[in-house]
Amino acid sequence: MTRLVAVRLLFGLLTLWAVSVAVFAATQALPGDAALMILGRDATEARVAALREQLNLNEPLTVQYAQWLQGVIQGDLGISYSNRSPVSEVLDGPIGASLTLMGLAALVATPVALAVGAFSALRRDRAFDHTASLGTLVTAAIPEFVVGILLILALGPGGLDLFPSVYSRNGGPEQWVLPVLTLAFAVTPPIVRMMRATMIEVLESEYVQQARLKGLDERTVLVRHALPNAIGPVAQVVALQLAWLAGGVVAVEFLFNFPGIGKVLMDAIENRDVPLVQAVVLLIAGVYILVNLAADVLGLAANPKVRVTR
Amino acid sequence: MTETTETVLAVEGLTVIGRPSDVTIVGDVSLTVRRGEILGLVGESGSGKTTVGLALLAHRKRATEITGGRVEVAGQDLASLDGRGVRALRGRAVAYIPQSPASALNPALRLRVQLGEALHDGSLSPAQADARVREVLREVALPDDDTFLKRYPHQLSGGQQQRVAIAMAFVGRPDVIVMDEPTTGLDVTTQKHVLETVRRMTREYGTAGIYISHDMAVVAELADAVAVMYRGELVEHGPTGDVLSAPEHEYTRALLAAVPRMRTDAPEAERGDELLRVSGLAAGYGRTRVLEDIDLSVARGECTALVGESGSGKTTLSRTVAGLHRGAVGEVLFDGAPLPLHGRRRTAEQRRRIQYVFQNPYEALNPRKRVRDLILGPYRHLVGRPADPDLVVGRALERAALPASYADRFPEQLSGGERQRVCIARAVATGPDLLVCDEVTSALDVSVQAEIVALLRGLQDEGMALLFVTHNIALVSNIAQRVAVLERGRIVEYGPVGRVMSDPRHEYTRALLADTPDFAPEAGAAAE
Repeated sequence: MTRLVAVRLLFGLLTLWAVSVAVFAATQALPGDAALMILGRDATEARVAALREQLNLNEPLTVQYAQWLQGVIQGDLGISYSNRSPVSEVLDGPIGASLTLMGLAALVATPVALAVGAFSALRRDRAFDHTASLGTLVTAAIPEFVVGILLILALGPGGLDLFPSVYSRNGGPEQWVLPVLTLAFAVTPPIVRMMRATMIEVLESEYVQQARLKGLDERTVLVRHALPNAIGPVAQVVALQLAWLAGGVVAVEFLFNFPGIGKVLMDAIENRDVPLVQAVVLLIAGVYILVNLAADVLGLAANPKVRVTR
Repeated sequence: MTETTETVLAVEGLTVIGRPSDVTIVGDVSLTVRRGEILGLVGESGSGKTTVGLALLAHRKRATEITGGRVEVAGQDLASLDGRGVRALRGRAVAYIPQSPASALNPALRLRVQLGEALHDGSLSPAQADARVREVLREVALPDDDTFLKRYPHQLSGGQQQRVAIAMAFVGRPDVIVMDEPTTGLDVTTQKHVLETVRRMTREYGTAGIYISHDMAVVAELADAVAVMYRGELVEHGPTGDVLSAPEHEYTRALLAAVPRMRTDAPEAERGDELLRVSGLAAGYGRTRVLEDIDLSVARGECTALVGESGSGKTTLSRTVAGLHRGAVGEVLFDGAPLPLHGRRRTAEQRRRIQYVFQNPYEALNPRKRVRDLILGPYRHLVGRPADPDLVVGRALERAALPASYADRFPEQLSGGERQRVCIARAVATGPDLLVCDEVTSALDVSVQAEIVALLRGLQDEGMALLFVTHNIALVSNIAQRVAVLERGRIVEYGPVGRVMSDPRHEYTRALLADTPDFAPEAGAAAE
């Protein structure tokens, strides 16, 4: 068990490293000269050359990468080109905001999705099941920013006027509702469907029939016999969906003008702020890998065949 | 079995129909069983015997409905019970032993939980319940210590799992116990132990037992009375001795005839040219050695049987011969020429001449392909594009005793026996010299087994050699000329089948023979 987790962790780090290479290569491929972008078009040759020297832009790419990677490992993400402050400082506020947004969305979506999925399995082929199935299909088919727009139209100032459609610095907690709902709608459908399918399989298994034939009440059958066997497969899908949040947050933050890493990323790309882009993408990848790792560990822990060896 | 013994199970006119099709699954079945008595409920797959068994626990499968009749367990009419009453009944008045404990024990729960929860009605304190669990474990000859109770099902062997399932059923001291083919899939030695345990437990507890099976041989050894089901109806019901010695219904006679009899008088046949010779073969998985020092030969037109219990290495040996197993070393000669051990290094011609039939026909056929394509697949691959595909398919089906019209069917439109025939047709289509049959009858009903065996014997008469893997020794005595007995990866006895059956020299062979149910209905032998 410990060995399996260690191996997974090692693979996670390896993936992160591969992402760092890809990110570095991609940002290098962006057109335009960073020094020129920072100083503006009317900068003198001498100043541009000096800045290039300062940013190590004259070194070979491999050396630049090594220096950058060394910095990242030490926690130094570099200096943002556009506002000349350390990247970690620029990201400080947005990271917190985005993580809160993702956390709230996960907190809302996961239990609801699991409950709806499990209940659909129990009410198989009845009205609730059909409605849930249709609902998840429709929601899954619409891109998340369209869901966001529809929510704004329905609940925002244009519709019932319950919640504000744009985030502002001095707004109250109600301005979180629409972004959280949008993200929750985006991640829910696959979890519902997977939970339903897994629960149906588990409920039809012989060990659940045996538990019923032992005379256990339905609650014990569900909680003790069915759910533990459904956790493993469903955890994988939940993780994939929550990991998707890390990237999916970008479009939703843009839609609601939410001050998170998604918005920082958009601005950074516009300004050719290479260190900032690198840091944000690496961060998103990190969250992705971490969440998947957690799901793997949970899946392993839920399986006694792995947990307890002969 | 005195008249004063109390009747604890009475079924009257039980009728179960399917919904929404209204097909009668079980029609008008009446049974009674007394304390300490075991009733064998016999029939083939789909005859409704499991449906009857489950109805005794007031359980019905999806899309079925009990529409008539009365089931009385320990004086209680099941129809009069509500959900709470049914739960109180299950486990205490009537308990169930499943067919396959590997899938009926919850993989995520420790044995302590699974055994203890059968005592769910709270009449015992936790300490008493714990003591009771340990007591019942001792009774089924399992360890009763904490280490064992902490185990998960996957940490047990197949035989231990079945004992746990038996313990789980008896822990609540039920009045009636329903056993749904609990020994199918177990080897004879384990089967013998399980049957003995069941017999002893029902006697000691005064429990009435219903033993559901398709195998007359097992029922003959265990049951006091036999009820035969055919297409949802009870066609025969009486004391075991009477039913065996004087069966009234035609179907009962067919079932009895299907049981392979142990023959010890097989004459030693003249051997033909040697087709396959295996010498000094060893094989394993990773560092685990499964086979050691194997010497074996099969002559043309001869059937050599490989016998042994689960894990003895017989499947590994047959897979090695077929070139399916990696990690084997040794020498194999086929028709006088050396044969590479790994299938990849064999020529198409070498592969064509050895074909393989798998154990489970439900998993060996691609469900998306028609029978025609299933048969033509290996033919195209090993022989080439046929000039007349219909002729190839027709001939193969004919050799497997299937009508030519089956070529257009999908596997799901076939019964288990028909599927296995398709597997055989697929194997013989390329015209092999050696057919490797890996437990080809063990997933099938006894009545279907007999047909498959007759088919294989016919192929053998046409000159095909067979390597027949099985754990059923009675079957061996009917089909094989030579037998190799495997124990823990070594051949402990090898010789002509008549000699091995009548004069077994190795202790293990003697044990295997002793564990095989003695089936001689002509003598009118009842269980005892």
